[in-house]
Amino acid sequence: MIGRVVTVAVLVGLAVVSWQIVAGGTPAELGDVSRHYVERGVIENRASTLVTSVVVNYRGLDTLGEVAVLFLSVSGVAFVLRRFHGEPSAPPTPSSEIVRTGARLLVGPMLLFGIYIFVHGHLTPGGGFQGGAVIASAVLLLLLAERDRPLPHAFLSWLESTSGAGFVIVGLVGLAVVGSFLANRGVAGLGEWNRLFSAGVIPIVYTLTGLKVGSELATLLDIMMRGERKEGGR
Amino acid sequence: MIAADVILCVLTLAAAVAAVVVRGLLSAIILVGVVSLFASYLFLRMGAPDVAMTEAAIGSALSTVIFLVALRRTRRKS
Amino acid sequence: MTPGTVYLASGMALIVIGIACAVLKRNLLRMVLGFAILDTGVHLFIAAMGYLPGRTAPIADEANMFSDAVTMTLDSTRFVDPVPQALVLTAIVIGVGVTALMLAYVVRLHAREGTLDVGAFRRLKW
Repeated sequence: MIGRVVTVAVLVGLAVVSWQIVAGGTPAELGDVSRHYVERGVIENRASTLVTSVVVNYRGLDTLGEVAVLFLSVSGVAFVLRRFHGEPSAPPTPSSEIVRTGARLLVGPMLLFGIYIFVHGHLTPGGGFQGGAVIASAVLLLLLAERDRPLPHAFLSWLESTSGAGFVIVGLVGLAVVGSFLANRGVAGLGEWNRLFSAGVIPIVYTLTGLKVGSELATLLDIMMRGERKEGGR
Repeated sequence: MIAADVILCVLTLAAAVAAVVVRGLLSAIILVGVVSLFASYLFLRMGAPDVAMTEAAIGSALSTVIFLVALRRTRRKS
Repeated sequence: MTPGTVYLASGMALIVIGIACAVLKRNLLRMVLGFAILDTGVHLFIAAMGYLPGRTAPIADEANMFSDAVTMTLDSTRFVDPVPQALVLTAIVIGVGVTALMLAYVVRLHAREGTLDVGAFRRLKW
């Protein structure tokens, strides 16, 4: 009883403090760092989307950290949900005809759409994470339609490790050629503005990120829906 | 800032409050997905199409599916 | 009150609702739902801090957005701030990873005790 009263009082106090924050309003001008990124974004990167150039080039190390955190969380889920010896598993109920036929028609275009999103990450809104999420949704449709077909875990694991290692290798190549990790300017040709093969290493990095995030989220969905296949290993 | 923005902000908060007080867990999970969908529209109105796409694909679709899978696995008599 | 204040206020209200749900509920799944609402509120708040009224999204696809077409310098008074959007992009992906890990723990705890009520897990309390 007293706990609930104290909690509600704290929440009301939080609401009052937040009213002060909200009344302050949003800033009215771009900050110095943002102005530099906006003005020199196309000069240095030749990418049309400024958010992509910020995420991959100017703040590329944060993206590497984010990919590592996602890998860590999927590993954690795989470890927590491993199947202990002797735990029963219910047999899966088969899905209906409509779901199976619709899934077979839709999985191909969905995968293609996901690949389109992360390949064009430097020209249109999108990028590696959105494309990876669409690929994982396609794999989820496949999981829901064909209940008893196992997912190729070895291939997904290989794809994920290779893409993650590829990201770090691209950064190291930048370190060797130009002198700074994940550099963009001297490593690959910048190309013309608004074309597919442009913007240096940004399409390469986003492709690798998209493949890694897609295979990671697909593995996560498979582990949560069906449980781990064998004890103690991925 | 047009009238649709204010209406959608109010709807977002109403859906969030409904997710807190509603009885069934399934309804609460769907309402959190609805909150995420409305937030995706608000991101678009704030001039952030990348963020809107990410919120719709990851926050609204995949997060809701993960919640539903967890709900199913805690309903079975194990 | 700037025009971005309505987005700021709704983000802050979602944060308060999310904290209330995560703290005042006894069902484990409802607590995780509260954290999900809290995440969405924080993302809205950060993105609202970068909003500038009357400007367009930070995508340069037309030639008239350059202030100096020879050196390809962009006109920085036409665009919304791109840095908070990059932060929110990262935060959304990490949010779904953390939510998945929390739900894995909920599933494991339910398999152990058979209930989702938080009062049943008292073994760590002194």
